[in-house]
Amino acid sequence: MTDHRAPPPPSGPVPWDKDFALRLLTDMLRIRRMEEKSAEMYGAGKIRGFLHLYIGEEATGVGALHALSPDDNIVATYREHGHALVRGMDMGAIMAEMYGKREGCAHGRGGSMHLFDAATRFYGGNAIVGGGLPLAVGLALAAKMRQEQRVTACFFGDGAVAEGAFHESLNLAALWRLPVLFCCENNLYGMGTAIERSESQTDLCLKAASYGMPALRADGMDIVAVHETTRQAVRTLRESAGPVFVEYQTYRFRAHSMFDAELYRQKAEIEEWKTRGPIHTFSARLKAEGKLTEEEFLALDAAADAEVAAAVAFAEAGSWEPVADLLKDVLTPAEGKP
Amino acid sequence: MTRTLSYREAMREAMHEALANDPRVFLMGEDVGRYGGTYAFSKGFLDEFGPERIRDTPLSELGFVGAGIGAALGGMRPIVEVMTVNFSLLALDQIVNTAAALRHMSGGQFSVPLVIRMTTGAGRQLAAQHSHSLEGWYAHIPGIKVLAPATIEDARGMLAPALADPDPVVIFEHAGLFNLEGELPDDWSADISSARVRRAGKDVVIITHGGSLPKALAAAETLAGEGIAAEVLDLRVLRPLDGAGIMAAVAKCRRAVVVDEGWKSGSLAAEVVARIMENAFYELDAPVVRVCSEEVPIPYAKHLEEAALPQAEKIVAAVKGLFA
Ligand SMILES: Cc1ncc(C[n+]2csc(CCOP(=O)(O)OP(=O)(O)O)c2C)c(N)n1
Ligand SMILES: [Mg+2]
Repeated sequence: MTDHRAPPPPSGPVPWDKDFALRLLTDMLRIRRMEEKSAEMYGAGKIRGFLHLYIGEEATGVGALHALSPDDNIVATYREHGHALVRGMDMGAIMAEMYGKREGCAHGRGGSMHLFDAATRFYGGNAIVGGGLPLAVGLALAAKMRQEQRVTACFFGDGAVAEGAFHESLNLAALWRLPVLFCCENNLYGMGTAIERSESQTDLCLKAASYGMPALRADGMDIVAVHETTRQAVRTLRESAGPVFVEYQTYRFRAHSMFDAELYRQKAEIEEWKTRGPIHTFSARLKAEGKLTEEEFLALDAAADAEVAAAVAFAEAGSWEPVADLLKDVLTPAEGKP
Repeated sequence: MTRTLSYREAMREAMHEALANDPRVFLMGEDVGRYGGTYAFSKGFLDEFGPERIRDTPLSELGFVGAGIGAALGGMRPIVEVMTVNFSLLALDQIVNTAAALRHMSGGQFSVPLVIRMTTGAGRQLAAQHSHSLEGWYAHIPGIKVLAPATIEDARGMLAPALADPDPVVIFEHAGLFNLEGELPDDWSADISSARVRRAGKDVVIITHGGSLPKALAAAETLAGEGIAAEVLDLRVLRPLDGAGIMAAVAKCRRAVVVDEGWKSGSLAAEVVARIMENAFYELDAPVVRVCSEEVPIPYAKHLEEAALPQAEKIVAAVKGLFA
């Protein structure tokens, strides 16, 4: 039986200057407040379809993405609002997309699960479990053949590890020495299936290592561990010019999607993990080191709230894509050839 | 000056030209390199273009087709070869859920300029896991284009526009055509939008594609001897279908037989017939009929396989039935 207990609360010194530390804290807050508002708007009927919240897992995406550069490619899953935001997408464009509005990043064609942004090399937003991994391999192959220095970071869950796509992709990336950073967000569950009920081998690093690539593990509730481990992974990747796997051990505080009655896990387990919440534990450490005051925290939080309010206003004020344009973007118009 | 060459040589030349002219083009698939291509389409390429661009893959259809999509997004122009359409089912997720959908679900931000080639069709006693004609399934999917070169000139000419196309193009090459020899005209350049009349006639149009084209032409020859002038229309492009080309032929001949190596139920032939009903019903002098494969996994034994597939005699009989 895999240990579902939370790791010890993140502790220890934060090896960053105040400025950098607060940037990461700010991004975690922006995701948290944006998603809380998304859930509220889901309840209000403004957002429909599937909505998968990242709440509880913010340290993972924020810590990892801050270890990457703007030239790098990002491939993500349907639980990607946070990644899209940290990558640099406008919160208004994200919120409008979730509303299904024309002003959304995909003009309402993608919704919550399919956020895309060419400007920040954010390749989605893939709602087929494991579907993004082969794509990431190909992006890395193109980068290698074109002698571009970029890394392709691919986020996926523990559930994806059971898919053939995972194994085919790790094999290809290792065989061809491709610069893919495989970022596995292990939150212990794929929907209602706990990892030990889906994996014969629950040590995911062991699986990755069997393909002949370095495999690192980080406490995904600890943004310092996430960021430092990812930086090391990226360094290794750039030096070895081959793929690297990182497992982030994290936990989702909310239901899998808005339709989940959470029959498969104990309240006590969730509550225990919540005491490791990435935002309050990191804030506490910063305060203890004198890098953050309560006033500063409140100001950052208020700024996040204001950004969310503006994003909601933008989405509310948005328009509906005309039905006359229904068939747009199925194929590329002649003038839009890439 | 016209030249005589085989379908295989024509396809090989087309790929060679693409590789030589565009450094973004590369060929990837199982046994395309050292082995020389399952059907020898890429023989000698590895020596000429090297292992980076003639990339042997492991047996990972989902993985390498998906990698082709990623590489296309990343600025390359991959030609991904899948040994047969049967094996492409392992990659169907990437083709349907990613390649075909990406442009639309990204709101037009990302196009996927990918070419996927695969062998289709029966006739070589390869039985039920190597012989199917599933191009009709692919033709069902918005977001991709589906081609079926059935002549020497199309084998030579269709790859270049497919590679120039900004969206995913799937090319079906019928195994029964590979050894076909014919003259390559001076101008073999091809569009990837229209159906073509391969034999002109006036009494009935036989609408077909791929490996059934030679059978349709043979049937038309037989029918000519019996006083029936059959036109043969080669669809060439299975998605998007050339509706205008089909309706023009139907309006001219007033009778139509659709020949498709796919199974009749839910087939591409069914789609063609439905379109004729919607658009040219009042032009018809007789019901449209179909000659398709029998509803059975393709059997191994030669006589059974032949019985399962459309054949020239069946086409002749179907046409005659319209004049009875
Ligand atoms: C191929 C496929 N099978 C099933 C689903 C339905 N589904 C969506 S999310 C999910 C769980 C995935 O779990 P995991 O990879 O751990 O990611 P998490 O949701 O925990 O972030 C499932 C089964 C799907 N979207 N795609
Ligand atoms: Mg999970």
